[in-house]
Amino acid sequence: MKASAGGYARAESVGHALDLLAGSDGQGRVLAGGQSLIAAMNMRLSVGDLLVDISKISELSGVIVSGGTLRIGALTRHAQVGASQVVRTHAPLLTDAVSHIAHAAIRNRGTMGGALAHADPAAEFPACALALGATMHSEGPEGARAIPAEDFFEEVFTTALKEDEILTSMTLPVAEEGEVQILEEVARRSGDYALVGLCLVKRASGHRVSLFSVGPKPILATVAMAALDAGDLEAAVDAVSSEIDPPSDTQASAAYRRHLAGVLLRRAVARLKGDTA
Amino acid sequence: MTEMFRDKIDVSLTVNGEPVEARVPAGQHMIDFLRLELGLTGAHVSCEHGVCGACTIRVDGDAVRGCLMLAAQADGAEVWTVEGLTDTNAISDLQDAFVARNALQCGFCTPGMLVAAEELLSKGDVPSRAEIREHLSGNYCRCTGYEAIIDAVESVAQGRAGKGKT
Repeated sequence: MKASAGGYARAESVGHALDLLAGSDGQGRVLAGGQSLIAAMNMRLSVGDLLVDISKISELSGVIVSGGTLRIGALTRHAQVGASQVVRTHAPLLTDAVSHIAHAAIRNRGTMGGALAHADPAAEFPACALALGATMHSEGPEGARAIPAEDFFEEVFTTALKEDEILTSMTLPVAEEGEVQILEEVARRSGDYALVGLCLVKRASGHRVSLFSVGPKPILATVAMAALDAGDLEAAVDAVSSEIDPPSDTQASAAYRRHLAGVLLRRAVARLKGDTA
Repeated sequence: MTEMFRDKIDVSLTVNGEPVEARVPAGQHMIDFLRLELGLTGAHVSCEHGVCGACTIRVDGDAVRGCLMLAAQADGAEVWTVEGLTDTNAISDLQDAFVARNALQCGFCTPGMLVAAEELLSKGDVPSRAEIREHLSGNYCRCTGYEAIIDAVESVAQGRAGKGKT
Protein backbone atom coordinates (compact mmCIF):
# COMPACT_ATOMS: atom_id res chain seq x y z
CA MET A 1 0.00 0.00 0.00
CA LYS A 2 0.94 3.64 -0.05
CA ALA A 3 1.79 5.73 2.99
CA SER A 4 -0.42 8.58 4.08
CA ALA A 5 1.66 11.18 5.87
CA GLY A 6 0.05 14.30 7.32
CA GLY A 7 3.15 16.37 6.66
CA TYR A 8 6.90 16.45 6.75
CA ALA A 9 9.56 18.72 8.19
CA ARG A 10 13.32 18.33 8.15
CA ALA A 11 14.87 19.13 11.52
CA GLU A 12 18.17 21.03 11.36
CA SER A 13 19.10 20.50 15.01
CA VAL A 14 17.83 18.82 18.16
CA GLY A 15 16.31 22.12 19.29
CA HIS A 16 14.53 22.53 15.96
CA ALA A 17 13.24 18.96 16.16
CA LEU A 18 11.85 19.62 19.65
CA ASP A 19 10.13 22.79 18.38
CA LEU A 20 8.59 20.79 15.54
CA LEU A 21 7.35 18.11 17.92
CA ALA A 22 5.94 20.75 20.25
CA GLY A 23 4.13 22.34 17.30
CA SER A 24 2.64 19.13 15.98
CA ASP A 25 -0.48 19.08 18.16
CA GLY A 26 0.33 15.55 19.27
CA GLN A 27 0.52 14.28 15.69
CA GLY A 28 4.31 14.44 15.54
CA ARG A 29 6.31 11.34 14.78
CA VAL A 30 10.10 11.22 14.80
CA LEU A 31 11.53 9.83 11.56
CA ALA A 32 15.11 8.55 11.80
CA GLY A 33 16.24 5.65 9.60
CA GLY A 34 12.62 4.85 8.81
CA GLN A 35 13.13 1.11 8.53
CA SER A 36 10.21 0.36 10.85
CA LEU A 37 8.22 3.60 10.61
CA ILE A 38 8.02 3.79 6.81
CA ALA A 39 7.10 0.11 6.63
CA ALA A 40 4.30 0.78 9.14
CA MET A 41 3.21 3.85 7.14
CA ASN A 42 3.18 1.86 3.89
CA MET A 43 0.99 -0.74 5.59
CA ARG A 44 -1.29 2.06 6.85
CA LEU A 45 -0.64 1.00 10.42
CA SER A 46 0.31 4.61 10.99
CA VAL A 47 -1.68 7.28 9.12
CA GLY A 48 -1.56 11.06 9.09
CA ASP A 49 1.65 11.48 11.05
CA LEU A 50 3.44 14.81 10.99
CA LEU A 51 6.95 13.53 10.32
CA VAL A 52 9.87 15.18 12.08
CA ASP A 53 12.84 13.97 10.04
CA ILE A 54 15.87 14.00 12.33
CA SER A 55 18.03 11.91 10.02
CA LYS A 56 20.21 14.86 8.92
CA ILE A 57 21.19 15.97 12.44
CA SER A 58 24.85 15.00 12.32
CA GLU A 59 25.54 15.65 16.01
CA LEU A 60 23.33 12.65 16.87
CA SER A 61 25.59 10.21 15.05
CA GLY A 62 28.85 8.63 16.09
CA VAL A 63 30.65 6.59 18.69
CA ILE A 64 32.84 8.06 21.45
CA VAL A 65 34.68 6.55 24.42
CA SER A 66 35.61 8.70 27.36
CA GLY A 67 36.36 7.91 30.96
CA GLY A 68 35.17 4.32 30.91
CA THR A 69 31.91 5.19 29.15
CA LEU A 70 30.94 4.35 25.60
CA ARG A 71 28.48 6.79 24.04
CA ILE A 72 26.67 5.88 20.84
CA GLY A 73 24.68 8.60 19.13
CA ALA A 74 21.06 7.74 18.44
CA LEU A 75 21.41 8.19 14.69
CA THR A 76 24.36 5.82 14.39
CA ARG A 77 23.26 3.33 11.79
CA HIS A 78 23.23 -0.39 12.48
CA ALA A 79 25.91 -0.92 9.82
CA GLN A 80 28.11 1.72 11.49
CA VAL A 81 27.67 0.09 14.91
CA GLY A 82 28.54 -3.26 13.35
CA ALA A 83 31.67 -1.94 11.62
CA SER A 84 32.95 0.12 14.55
CA GLN A 85 36.18 -1.18 16.02
CA VAL A 86 35.50 0.91 19.12
CA VAL A 87 32.17 -0.85 19.64
CA ARG A 88 33.76 -4.25 18.97
CA THR A 89 36.38 -3.55 21.64
CA HIS A 90 34.14 -2.05 24.32
CA ALA A 91 30.69 -3.57 23.69
CA PRO A 92 31.08 -6.68 21.50
CA LEU A 93 27.50 -7.66 22.32
CA LEU A 94 26.31 -4.82 20.09
CA THR A 95 28.60 -5.94 17.26
CA ASP A 96 27.11 -9.42 17.50
CA ALA A 97 23.60 -8.03 17.65
CA VAL A 98 24.00 -6.14 14.37
CA SER A 99 24.60 -9.34 12.42
CA HIS A 100 21.17 -10.56 13.57
CA ILE A 101 19.26 -7.39 12.65
CA ALA A 102 17.32 -7.74 9.42
CA HIS A 103 19.34 -7.56 6.20
CA ALA A 104 22.31 -5.56 4.92
CA ALA A 105 20.22 -2.97 3.08
CA ILE A 106 18.11 -2.33 6.18
CA ARG A 107 21.17 -2.13 8.43
CA ASN A 108 22.51 0.56 6.09
CA ARG A 109 19.69 2.94 7.04
CA GLY A 110 18.23 1.72 10.33
CA THR A 111 19.53 3.54 13.40
CA MET A 112 20.34 2.26 16.86
CA GLY A 113 18.31 5.00 18.51
CA GLY A 114 15.38 4.24 16.25
CA ALA A 115 15.46 0.60 17.28
CA LEU A 116 15.63 1.54 20.98
CA ALA A 117 12.84 4.12 20.77
CA HIS A 118 10.65 1.86 18.64
CA ALA A 119 10.99 -0.83 21.34
CA ASP A 120 9.94 -3.80 19.27
CA PRO A 121 9.88 -6.69 21.76
CA ALA A 122 11.69 -8.89 19.22
CA ALA A 123 14.51 -6.39 18.63
CA GLU A 124 18.08 -7.08 19.68
CA PHE A 125 19.34 -3.65 20.81
CA PRO A 126 16.82 -3.12 23.65
CA ALA A 127 17.79 -6.47 25.20
CA CYS A 128 21.48 -5.63 24.74
CA ALA A 129 20.90 -2.31 26.52
CA LEU A 130 19.35 -4.17 29.46
CA ALA A 131 22.11 -6.76 29.65
CA LEU A 132 24.83 -4.12 29.47
CA GLY A 133 23.20 -1.82 32.01
CA ALA A 134 23.01 1.01 29.50
CA THR A 135 21.50 4.45 30.02
CA MET A 136 19.25 6.20 27.49
CA HIS A 137 19.68 9.94 27.06
CA SER A 138 16.86 12.12 25.83
CA GLU A 139 16.20 15.78 25.17
CA GLY A 140 12.88 17.47 25.65
CA PRO A 141 11.29 20.84 26.41
CA GLU A 142 12.07 20.27 30.09
CA GLY A 143 15.70 19.53 29.32
CA ALA A 144 17.84 16.43 29.17
CA ARG A 145 17.02 13.18 30.96
CA ALA A 146 19.07 10.05 31.61
CA ILE A 147 16.90 6.94 31.82
CA PRO A 148 18.32 3.55 32.87
CA ALA A 149 17.50 0.79 30.38
CA GLU A 150 15.59 -1.06 33.10
CA ASP A 151 13.13 1.84 33.32
CA PHE A 152 13.10 2.69 29.61
CA PHE A 153 11.27 -0.22 28.01
CA GLU A 154 7.67 -0.30 29.23
CA GLU A 155 5.45 -2.20 26.83
CA VAL A 156 5.14 -3.26 23.18
CA PHE A 157 6.43 -0.28 21.17
CA THR A 158 6.27 1.85 24.33
CA THR A 159 9.14 3.49 26.21
CA ALA A 160 9.58 6.03 28.99
CA LEU A 161 10.13 8.73 26.35
CA LYS A 162 7.41 11.38 26.40
CA GLU A 163 5.77 12.44 23.16
CA ASP A 164 7.76 15.67 23.06
CA GLU A 165 11.12 14.05 23.79
CA ILE A 166 13.80 12.67 21.47
CA LEU A 167 16.30 9.93 22.25
CA THR A 168 19.74 11.38 21.60
CA SER A 169 22.22 8.70 22.68
CA MET A 170 22.90 5.58 24.68
CA THR A 171 25.80 5.30 27.13
CA LEU A 172 27.18 2.15 28.65
CA PRO A 173 30.14 1.12 30.75
CA VAL A 174 32.98 -0.16 28.59
CA ALA A 175 33.65 -3.87 28.94
CA GLU A 176 36.05 -4.53 31.79
CA GLU A 177 39.12 -6.77 31.53
CA GLY A 178 37.96 -10.36 31.13
CA GLU A 179 34.29 -9.45 30.61
CA VAL A 180 32.43 -11.78 28.24
CA GLN A 181 29.38 -10.76 26.22
CA ILE A 182 27.39 -13.31 24.27
CA LEU A 183 24.25 -13.09 22.14
CA GLU A 184 22.29 -16.17 21.09
CA GLU A 185 19.11 -16.19 19.08
CA VAL A 186 16.94 -18.54 17.09
CA ALA A 187 15.17 -17.33 13.96
CA ARG A 188 13.75 -19.42 11.16
CA ARG A 189 15.62 -17.54 8.43
CA SER A 190 18.52 -15.11 8.42
CA GLY A 191 17.20 -11.64 9.21
CA ASP A 192 13.84 -12.79 10.55
CA TYR A 193 12.66 -11.62 13.91
CA ALA A 194 13.98 -13.84 16.69
CA LEU A 195 11.69 -16.56 17.98
CA VAL A 196 13.67 -16.09 21.18
CA GLY A 197 16.92 -14.29 21.85
CA LEU A 198 19.21 -14.11 24.86
CA CYS A 199 22.09 -11.89 25.95
CA LEU A 200 24.58 -13.08 28.55
CA VAL A 201 27.14 -10.76 30.10
CA LYS A 202 29.69 -11.96 32.64
CA ARG A 203 31.47 -9.33 34.70
CA ALA A 204 33.47 -9.43 37.91
CA SER A 205 30.29 -8.34 39.68
CA GLY A 206 28.32 -11.29 38.30
CA HIS A 207 26.17 -12.47 35.43
CA ARG A 208 23.52 -10.51 33.57
CA VAL A 209 20.95 -12.27 31.38
CA SER A 210 18.34 -10.55 29.22
CA LEU A 211 15.84 -12.06 26.83
CA PHE A 212 13.91 -10.71 23.87
CA SER A 213 10.94 -11.86 21.82
CA VAL A 214 9.54 -13.51 24.96
CA GLY A 215 6.87 -10.99 25.95
CA PRO A 216 5.80 -7.35 25.57
CA LYS A 217 9.28 -6.05 26.39
CA PRO A 218 12.79 -7.36 26.87
CA ILE A 219 13.40 -8.63 30.39
CA LEU A 220 16.28 -9.14 32.78
CA ALA A 221 16.17 -12.72 34.08
CA THR A 222 17.25 -11.85 37.61
CA VAL A 223 16.57 -15.28 39.17
CA ALA A 224 18.60 -16.96 36.44
CA MET A 225 21.38 -14.40 36.96
CA ALA A 226 21.56 -15.25 40.67
CA ALA A 227 21.60 -18.98 39.86
CA LEU A 228 24.50 -18.47 37.42
CA ASP A 229 26.35 -16.43 40.05
CA ALA A 230 25.90 -19.44 42.37
CA GLY A 231 27.28 -21.72 39.67
CA ASP A 232 24.02 -23.64 39.26
CA LEU A 233 23.31 -23.90 35.51
CA GLU A 234 20.35 -26.27 35.93
CA ALA A 235 18.63 -23.87 38.31
CA ALA A 236 19.37 -21.02 35.89
CA VAL A 237 17.82 -22.93 32.98
CA ASP A 238 14.73 -23.67 35.06
CA ALA A 239 14.54 -20.06 36.14
CA VAL A 240 14.93 -18.55 32.70
CA SER A 241 12.06 -20.68 31.41
CA SER A 242 9.75 -19.64 34.22
CA GLU A 243 10.77 -15.97 34.41
CA ILE A 244 9.33 -15.31 30.95
CA ASP A 245 5.71 -15.28 29.83
CA PRO A 246 6.06 -15.65 26.09
CA PRO A 247 3.18 -15.46 23.60
CA SER A 248 2.03 -18.24 21.28
CA ASP A 249 1.75 -17.13 17.69
CA THR A 250 2.07 -18.50 14.17
CA GLN A 251 5.86 -18.65 14.58
CA ALA A 252 6.14 -20.58 17.82
CA SER A 253 4.12 -21.72 20.81
CA ALA A 254 4.75 -20.31 24.27
CA ALA A 255 5.96 -23.73 25.43
CA TYR A 256 8.46 -23.89 22.58
CA ARG A 257 9.72 -20.40 23.40
CA ARG A 258 10.21 -21.37 27.05
CA HIS A 259 12.15 -24.41 25.90
CA LEU A 260 14.26 -22.32 23.53
CA ALA A 261 15.11 -19.85 26.28
CA GLY A 262 16.70 -22.67 28.28
CA VAL A 263 18.49 -24.00 25.20
CA LEU A 264 19.92 -20.57 24.42
CA LEU A 265 21.10 -20.12 28.00
CA ARG A 266 22.91 -23.46 27.85
CA ARG A 267 24.53 -22.48 24.53
CA ALA A 268 25.58 -19.11 25.89
CA VAL A 269 27.07 -20.61 29.05
CA ALA A 270 28.90 -23.21 26.94
CA ARG A 271 30.42 -20.38 24.86
CA LEU A 272 31.29 -18.58 28.07
CA LYS A 273 33.31 -21.58 29.14
CA GLY A 274 34.91 -21.87 25.73
CA ASP A 275 33.07 -25.04 24.76
CA THR A 276 31.77 -25.34 21.23
CA ALA A 277 28.22 -26.36 22.01
CA MET B 1 1.43 25.60 14.43
CA THR B 2 1.22 22.71 11.99
CA GLU B 3 2.15 25.04 9.12
CA MET B 4 5.73 24.08 10.06
CA PHE B 5 4.95 20.81 8.26
CA ARG B 6 4.60 20.55 4.49
CA ASP B 7 2.64 18.09 2.42
CA LYS B 8 4.88 18.83 -0.60
CA ILE B 9 8.64 18.99 -0.14
CA ASP B 10 11.28 20.41 -2.46
CA VAL B 11 14.23 18.11 -3.03
CA SER B 12 17.44 18.47 -5.00
CA LEU B 13 19.44 15.31 -5.66
CA THR B 14 21.35 13.45 -8.34
CA VAL B 15 19.95 10.32 -9.95
CA ASN B 16 22.26 8.22 -12.09
CA GLY B 17 24.67 11.12 -12.26
CA GLU B 18 22.13 13.71 -13.40
CA PRO B 19 20.77 16.54 -11.26
CA VAL B 20 17.08 16.29 -10.36
CA GLU B 21 14.91 18.91 -8.71
CA ALA B 22 11.40 18.02 -7.73
CA ARG B 23 8.52 18.72 -5.37
CA VAL B 24 7.42 15.45 -3.79
CA PRO B 25 4.42 14.44 -1.63
CA ALA B 26 5.32 13.93 2.04
CA GLY B 27 4.39 10.24 2.06
CA GLN B 28 5.85 9.22 -1.29
CA HIS B 29 8.58 6.61 -1.05
CA MET B 30 11.69 6.74 -3.17
CA ILE B 31 10.71 3.94 -5.52
CA ASP B 32 7.41 5.52 -6.50
CA PHE B 33 9.27 8.77 -7.10
CA LEU B 34 11.86 7.05 -9.31
CA ARG B 35 9.27 5.01 -11.22
CA LEU B 36 6.34 7.41 -11.49
CA GLU B 37 8.08 10.78 -11.71
CA LEU B 38 11.39 9.92 -13.37
CA GLY B 39 10.27 6.88 -15.39
CA LEU B 40 13.04 4.74 -13.94
CA THR B 41 11.15 1.45 -13.71
CA GLY B 42 14.16 -0.82 -13.20
CA ALA B 43 13.82 -1.04 -9.44
CA HIS B 44 10.51 -2.72 -8.65
CA VAL B 45 7.73 -2.05 -6.19
CA SER B 46 6.66 -5.26 -4.54
CA CYS B 47 6.07 -5.86 -0.84
CA GLU B 48 6.48 -2.21 0.20
CA HIS B 49 7.51 -3.12 3.71
CA GLY B 50 11.16 -3.94 3.33
CA VAL B 51 10.94 -7.70 3.12
CA CYS B 52 11.48 -8.64 -0.52
CA GLY B 53 14.40 -6.51 -1.72
CA ALA B 54 13.01 -5.92 -5.23
CA CYS B 55 13.30 -2.14 -4.73
CA THR B 56 16.96 -2.14 -3.66
CA ILE B 57 18.80 0.94 -4.98
CA ARG B 58 22.07 2.66 -4.14
CA VAL B 59 21.87 5.84 -2.07
CA ASP B 60 25.06 7.66 -1.08
CA GLY B 61 27.06 4.51 -1.75
CA ASP B 62 24.86 2.14 0.26
CA ALA B 63 22.36 -0.44 -0.97
CA VAL B 64 19.03 0.54 0.60
CA ARG B 65 15.37 -0.33 0.40
CA GLY B 66 13.75 2.20 -1.91
CA CYS B 67 10.37 1.51 -0.30
CA LEU B 68 11.66 2.33 3.19
CA MET B 69 13.01 5.75 2.32
CA LEU B 70 10.85 8.76 1.57
CA ALA B 71 11.61 10.80 -1.52
CA ALA B 72 11.54 13.80 0.83
CA GLN B 73 14.57 12.34 2.62
CA ALA B 74 16.59 12.21 -0.61
CA ASP B 75 17.47 15.90 -0.61
CA GLY B 76 21.19 16.11 -1.34
CA ALA B 77 21.49 12.39 -2.00
CA GLU B 78 23.36 10.61 -4.77
CA VAL B 79 21.07 7.90 -6.09
CA TRP B 80 21.90 5.11 -8.52
CA THR B 81 19.46 2.66 -10.02
CA VAL B 82 20.03 -0.32 -12.28
CA GLU B 83 19.54 1.93 -15.30
CA GLY B 84 22.50 4.13 -14.38
CA LEU B 85 24.66 1.23 -13.31
CA THR B 86 23.93 -0.37 -16.69
CA ASP B 87 24.63 2.77 -18.73
CA THR B 88 27.99 3.30 -17.03
CA ASN B 89 28.97 -0.36 -17.46
CA ALA B 90 29.61 -0.43 -13.71
CA ILE B 91 28.10 -3.89 -13.32
CA SER B 92 28.33 -5.35 -16.82
CA ASP B 93 30.43 -8.31 -15.64
CA LEU B 94 27.82 -9.09 -13.00
CA GLN B 95 24.99 -8.78 -15.52
CA ASP B 96 26.83 -11.04 -17.96
CA ALA B 97 27.39 -13.58 -15.20
CA PHE B 98 23.68 -13.55 -14.30
CA VAL B 99 22.90 -14.44 -17.92
CA ALA B 100 25.67 -17.01 -18.22
CA ARG B 101 24.69 -18.75 -14.98
CA ASN B 102 20.93 -18.64 -15.53
CA ALA B 103 20.64 -16.48 -12.43
CA LEU B 104 17.35 -15.00 -13.55
CA GLN B 105 14.15 -16.32 -15.00
CA CYS B 106 11.29 -13.80 -14.74
CA GLY B 107 13.76 -11.05 -13.83
CA PHE B 108 11.55 -9.29 -11.30
CA CYS B 109 14.08 -9.56 -8.47
CA THR B 110 17.13 -9.01 -10.68
CA PRO B 111 17.60 -5.21 -10.42
CA GLY B 112 17.53 -5.47 -6.62
CA MET B 113 19.76 -8.53 -6.64
CA LEU B 114 22.32 -6.72 -8.80
CA VAL B 115 22.48 -3.66 -6.54
CA ALA B 116 22.71 -5.78 -3.39
CA ALA B 117 25.33 -8.10 -4.89
CA GLU B 118 27.40 -5.20 -6.21
CA GLU B 119 27.58 -3.74 -2.70
CA LEU B 120 29.14 -6.97 -1.47
CA LEU B 121 31.48 -7.24 -4.46
CA SER B 122 32.59 -3.63 -4.11
CA LYS B 123 34.25 -4.46 -0.79
CA GLY B 124 36.96 -6.10 -2.86
CA ASP B 125 37.31 -9.43 -1.10
CA VAL B 126 36.23 -12.75 -2.56
CA PRO B 127 33.28 -13.62 -0.32
CA SER B 128 32.49 -17.20 0.60
CA ARG B 129 29.26 -18.71 -0.69
CA ALA B 130 27.89 -18.41 2.85
CA GLU B 131 28.73 -14.72 2.90
CA ILE B 132 27.08 -14.19 -0.48
CA ARG B 133 24.00 -16.06 0.72
CA GLU B 134 23.86 -13.99 3.88
CA HIS B 135 24.29 -10.71 2.02
CA LEU B 136 21.49 -11.58 -0.39
CA SER B 137 19.23 -12.99 2.35
CA GLY B 138 17.07 -9.87 2.12
CA ASN B 139 16.36 -10.33 -1.59
CA TYR B 140 13.68 -12.78 -2.58
CA CYS B 141 13.76 -14.73 -5.84
CA ARG B 142 10.77 -16.98 -6.54
CA CYS B 143 12.24 -18.57 -9.69
CA THR B 144 15.82 -19.68 -9.43
CA GLY B 145 16.26 -21.31 -6.05
CA TYR B 146 19.18 -18.93 -5.46
CA GLU B 147 22.01 -21.34 -6.27
CA ALA B 148 22.50 -19.87 -9.74
CA ILE B 149 22.51 -16.34 -8.32
CA ILE B 150 25.19 -17.31 -5.82
CA ASP B 151 27.15 -18.98 -8.64
CA ALA B 152 27.01 -15.77 -10.64
CA VAL B 153 28.10 -13.52 -7.77
CA GLU B 154 30.87 -15.91 -6.77
CA SER B 155 32.21 -16.12 -10.34
CA VAL B 156 32.33 -12.33 -10.61
CA ALA B 157 34.11 -12.02 -7.28
CA GLN B 158 36.70 -14.53 -8.44
CA GLY B 159 36.92 -12.88 -11.85
CA ARG B 160 37.52 -9.45 -10.41
CA ALA B 161 40.18 -10.87 -8.11
CA GLY B 162 41.87 -12.39 -11.16
CA LYS B 163 41.41 -15.90 -9.89
CA GLY B 164 38.54 -17.13 -12.00
CA LYS B 165 37.73 -17.81 -15.61
CA THR B 166 34.82 -15.36 -15.95
